[in-house]
Amino acid sequence: MELHTMTAGELASMLEKGEISSVDAVKSCLDHIAARDQAVGAFLTVLAEQALQAAEQSDTRRREGRALSLWDGVPIAIKDNLALQGVRNTCGSKMLEHYIAPYDAHVVTKLKQAGMPILGKTNMDEFAMGSSTEFSALQVTRNPWDVERVPGGSSGGSAACVAAGEAPWALGSDTGGSVREPASFCGLVGIKPTYGRVSRYGLVAFASSLDQVGTFSRTVSDGAALLSAIAGSDAKDSTSIPDAGPDYASAVRRGVQGLRVGVLDGWEQDTVLPSVAASMQEATAALKRAGAEVTTVSLNLLDKAIETYYLIAMAEASSNLARYDGVRYGLRVDGTDAADMFRRTRSEGFGQEVKRRILLGTYVLSAGYYDAYYKKAQQVRTLIRSQFAQMFNDVDVLLTPTTAATAFRFGEKQDPLQMYQTDYYTVPANLAGLPAMSLPFGRCEAGLPIGLQLTAGALQEPVMLQAAGVLEQVEQDRRGSYGAV
Amino acid sequence: MAQYEVVIGLEIHAELLTKTKIFCACTTAFGGHANSHCCPVCLGLPGALPVLNEKAVEYGIKAGLALDCRIPERCKFDRKNYFYPDLPKAYQISQYDEPLCLGGSVTCETETGLQTIGVTRVHLEEEAGKSVHSGDNILGSEYSSMDYNRAGIPLIEIVTEPDLRSPQDAKAFLEHLKRVLQYIEVSDCKMEEGSLRCDANVSLRPLGVQELGTKVEIKNLNSFRSVERALQHEVTRQSQLYEAKQQVEQETRAWDEARGVTVSMRSKEESHDYRYFPEPDIPPVHINSLWVEDLRSGLPELPLSRKERLQRQYGLTTYEAEFLVSQRSWSDFFEAVVQEFDQEKMVVNWLMGDVSRVLNAREETLPQSQLDVSGLVELLRLIDTGTISGSQAKAVLEAVCATGQPPADVVQTLGMQQISDEDQLAAMVDAVIAQYPGEAQRCREGDAKLIGFFVGQIMKGSQGKANPKMVNELLRKKLKL
Ligand SMILES: [Zn+2]
Repeated sequence: MELHTMTAGELASMLEKGEISSVDAVKSCLDHIAARDQAVGAFLTVLAEQALQAAEQSDTRRREGRALSLWDGVPIAIKDNLALQGVRNTCGSKMLEHYIAPYDAHVVTKLKQAGMPILGKTNMDEFAMGSSTEFSALQVTRNPWDVERVPGGSSGGSAACVAAGEAPWALGSDTGGSVREPASFCGLVGIKPTYGRVSRYGLVAFASSLDQVGTFSRTVSDGAALLSAIAGSDAKDSTSIPDAGPDYASAVRRGVQGLRVGVLDGWEQDTVLPSVAASMQEATAALKRAGAEVTTVSLNLLDKAIETYYLIAMAEASSNLARYDGVRYGLRVDGTDAADMFRRTRSEGFGQEVKRRILLGTYVLSAGYYDAYYKKAQQVRTLIRSQFAQMFNDVDVLLTPTTAATAFRFGEKQDPLQMYQTDYYTVPANLAGLPAMSLPFGRCEAGLPIGLQLTAGALQEPVMLQAAGVLEQVEQDRRGSYGAV
Repeated sequence: MAQYEVVIGLEIHAELLTKTKIFCACTTAFGGHANSHCCPVCLGLPGALPVLNEKAVEYGIKAGLALDCRIPERCKFDRKNYFYPDLPKAYQISQYDEPLCLGGSVTCETETGLQTIGVTRVHLEEEAGKSVHSGDNILGSEYSSMDYNRAGIPLIEIVTEPDLRSPQDAKAFLEHLKRVLQYIEVSDCKMEEGSLRCDANVSLRPLGVQELGTKVEIKNLNSFRSVERALQHEVTRQSQLYEAKQQVEQETRAWDEARGVTVSMRSKEESHDYRYFPEPDIPPVHINSLWVEDLRSGLPELPLSRKERLQRQYGLTTYEAEFLVSQRSWSDFFEAVVQEFDQEKMVVNWLMGDVSRVLNAREETLPQSQLDVSGLVELLRLIDTGTISGSQAKAVLEAVCATGQPPADVVQTLGMQQISDEDQLAAMVDAVIAQYPGEAQRCREGDAKLIGFFVGQIMKGSQGKANPKMVNELLRKKLKL
């Protein structure tokens, strides 16, 4: 078996036993990037030299018996909206195409502390605004399962590189599904933790109250392990939860005996692909077989989630992206005076979708409209949050599709509203600040992976991972081992 | 004019004296190379997040308590969105509808007597950076440079009710407020360095009318004098408009110090829509009421009540007490000295006279000076016991301030102990009388003016060390005057 197709867990145990070196693992990934990324386009920046150097240092540590963690030497890729000191931090935008981050994001520090060589930075929808990575201003990323199709977004590069065998795992960010949807489209496990579980320091903000760093991996165990590596409190993020976070890996094989699994009342009437519906049925049956109790639950505000989400996300984005004015860093287009410079810089620096969201966000915060839009959206958000809280009195975890359909073709969703609708199942978890994950379960008629989503109560990641562990076993039994495409 | 009532409200911004900025660990020190007191947070770099400095909250609460405000159990931060090169994030983190302090009042002395001015609110926010223009002003400049050292220094904004009735009152209030903030040591309130700034809202209304007239906001008031002058100018301008039956436009005007006029900056229609919304990066702040009570009990006596007490307790005049409370360091110093040396009048005279003069000449403040409480006590005792004369004491004070040596040591080094030994002085007097027999004779015959001549000779002979009072008495006795 080739190293680049292995899971992080497998690599870690081979490193531990001295069967391979970190340099071997990193080289294998780099070779694969060289061979394959031309076609996939996952990476915006490949850090070959730095990754090899980090791998050598890791090998030295392993030889001297001072490994920093179980994952010391296991390479990783990160989304290009995470700050890595000395490396450009483009966010998929012309605005920051040449901006070099002068500091490390908290999660990057965590990766370094665990000894993981960073392979490079991955493509994304501009400022994480999109569901297909088609809105990257810098590069096209293709779905390794079918290069005519999108990898999902906004963390499309991170998903694609793991699916293509270019990295064993990767970090992304999830504001409304930006980890789970591409994980679903690329046949991966994608975890969005509880809001505040992972520090946002150094994650370039899109919508601050919704953003959360998440993980991409080929297995549930890898996802749990990576989550353990990055979770925990951070004094630099006031919204981070003040404790270290449990060890998630142990939850994966715990089983679901007695676990209460909820499915949405009437989900069968949703417009989902028949194959997605079939996957849902199979998953429900599998969980029951494994000892879970499956009940139907209702969340009648779910239909309001998309509107609510976009109002809040756009409002926050309009403010978060205001700092890109050409004064201090990033693109500057000179003008006749400061205001003219702002205008020209922002006109040239931002793409169409980003401008659309900034304008709508500015509008909903304006005097006279605030109450009707932003304030109303916050009220609905509070209601959605409490409906979830109510629901989690009755069930431990909610099972839904991640997306109604599998990966779509480039250019297929021209209407923005149609694109926004892709996030139907994923945005509620962001609005409520809950942990949610997507895992591959079944294939559609076109042979593309289907993703199912598990959502748990706040800080109940272990429960979600328990259910995921059981479903993953079923999928592996019928399809053989997970791996890169 | 007489038929109009002037209505003024102020918005005051004061920088807080915390050591670090409000949302990051950068220093708040004044000066430094441009952009040397900055980090990803205060530069608003992509991905950086604010973390609230607890000291800034503490200082804000202290200010609120000194202004008799209520401290709600919860406050929150909001974003105030606008584009300006000095604003790194293109929004200022401020407080909109749930400020730190609410509903206070301040009583201060004005020309028309004691007045109580309502305080609507006090809230926390962050300071912006500074533009440095290549030319004299922004319009005449080819380019501007930005310095973000100041960006993120904590500010409090104090908003008053429209309770002020004249430009003079507004100035008196502002001076009092500055004194209060300095007393509680939350701000140094240096208008010239920009650590205290003031905007004013002013309107006129016919006497007896309750409804407020159209208000005009005046910005760019950089000194106490400009506050008074600008308001005076604006009152005149508005009353002329009323007289001419013309509309007063609701607008923002800037004070042009050089020309002594206010000029229109923007009309109501052009006013910013700041699109305030709750700051998602900072959770609402819960204020522990025990902490507030702790801070309340730690507040020092405020200037107005201290002034009254100083007059009452030490029998000082209004003028003297006013001098002492003008800066907390002076009244603290005074009270510490009189603990050790109970001649209050003498103490206050020395402080107002020679100590002030010497410090002014040295361009030092009392806390910066090498003169400490025990130094002044020692100096006053040396005078009081007649060890040195008043004029010698001035020289000693200057030396103490220059070198930091204790007064007794200075007296020793300068060899200026006064000769007050009666036998020693009598011998000197006898010697001089013997040296000038003719003058002595004329003196005995009633030419009393010659006493001065003898005193002069003795002072010269003793290099100024003879106790002049005693020499005078001895001469009069010996010459039988
Ligand atoms: Zn800073």
